[in-house]
Amino acid sequence: MATEITNDSDLTLLKAGDEILFSGAAYTARDAAHKRFIEAADAGLPLPVDMRNAAIYYAGPTPARAGEIIGSCGPTTSARMDDYTPRLLDMGLKIMIGKGKRSDAVTEAIRRNKAVYLIAVGGAAALIKSRIVACEEVAYPDLGCEAVRRLVFDKLPLLVAIDTRGACILR
Amino acid sequence: MYKCEYIARTLSSAIDGALKKIDPDVIALLCAAEKEERNPRAKWALGQILENARIAESGDCYPCQDTGIAMLFVRAGADATFDGDLGKALAEGVRGGYREARKSIVTHPLRRVNTGDNAPPVIWYDIVPGSGLDVYFLAKGAGSENMGGVRMLTPSKGREGIITAVTDIMRAAGANPCPPVLLGVGIGGTMDKACVLSKQALLRRAGEPSSDPDNAALERDILASVNATDIGVQGLGGAHTALACAVETYPTHIGMLPVAVTIQCHSARHAHIVFEDERG
Repeated sequence: MATEITNDSDLTLLKAGDEILFSGAAYTARDAAHKRFIEAADAGLPLPVDMRNAAIYYAGPTPARAGEIIGSCGPTTSARMDDYTPRLLDMGLKIMIGKGKRSDAVTEAIRRNKAVYLIAVGGAAALIKSRIVACEEVAYPDLGCEAVRRLVFDKLPLLVAIDTRGACILR
Repeated sequence: MYKCEYIARTLSSAIDGALKKIDPDVIALLCAAEKEERNPRAKWALGQILENARIAESGDCYPCQDTGIAMLFVRAGADATFDGDLGKALAEGVRGGYREARKSIVTHPLRRVNTGDNAPPVIWYDIVPGSGLDVYFLAKGAGSENMGGVRMLTPSKGREGIITAVTDIMRAAGANPCPPVLLGVGIGGTMDKACVLSKQALLRRAGEPSSDPDNAALERDILASVNATDIGVQGLGGAHTALACAVETYPTHIGMLPVAVTIQCHSARHAHIVFEDERG
């Protein structure tokens, strides 16, 4: 039975392996956006999105067709963001949604900050598209599919891959 | 004489269709895996993969957002003639086929500015006897392509060394290439030739064994070894890390045993186009 969660849920109640349905907001960010986040932080500039209690979805959708809010939008490989992620977790990032394994440094930063890493099914981009109810571009439009968008999900099916204690289910 | 405008138009249409459809042979393998799988998390993920395929097909939309880098394997007859530049026509076909798809190509691996039209493709040409022209299109996503590998084994490592090398590459890949995967294994030639063979292996029908009995037995043994890793669907454990393995071989040097592995995610999207001469 899936647990329903939102941006305001108590994440410490989740256990690695729990099946969940996420209804709430998450920012898309991939390699290029992460690089810019860290460059901004290094320069002492504000990030275009507030990391405190934020959720990030590692994704870059196909273009939206006329009359649709977004194209197909599945998760990309989270490990490519591993070099940047501990910094963002220490800035308050709480939920990451992606696919695949994370580094030991990321797992430790997840535990330290009581955050969670959730996985969507890689390649299930059309199914995930059907659970997106709003999409708004918020930063880096020059990056095209890699721009930062604020998505709102309704009952996105996910698994807890790494919980707030750092326990991980992935092989 | 082949008309380049016709080649570009036909290729565009084939790519557009291929990007919205997972190979039916792979769907059949996924259905069988879903029936057999005993690991509940892996079964959950397989259920979503199959539901996703149904949603994509009924909605005429992309099953995966990573519509990939376009790979073209061209077989051109030595006697074939063209009314223009074949390479330009193929690139134009790719641009047209990706008009609605995601643009994932950057101009330079370090400068990383998006080309905006998903061109250029990666093209491999084979010149064959006759005047025919056909093209295999393979959409190669980053998640799985990033996890492939090549090992320059010494001949003494032999068959067992090959099975170990492929299994090690897959074990290191883990959940990243979106298992269950298809494995293309190229053995022989040189380092680069083995890599191309590993791609060509994926052009064979998924699950169809090699016509060479030794290669077919090797395919079975690699598949069994990879599926014993317990990586499983999406790294969640279980018996289905790979759905199929295809081996292609080529003569090699007395001192070499190159082995290359291309990992193809479950979202296998490709097309085979046979062009007609004189058609406009």
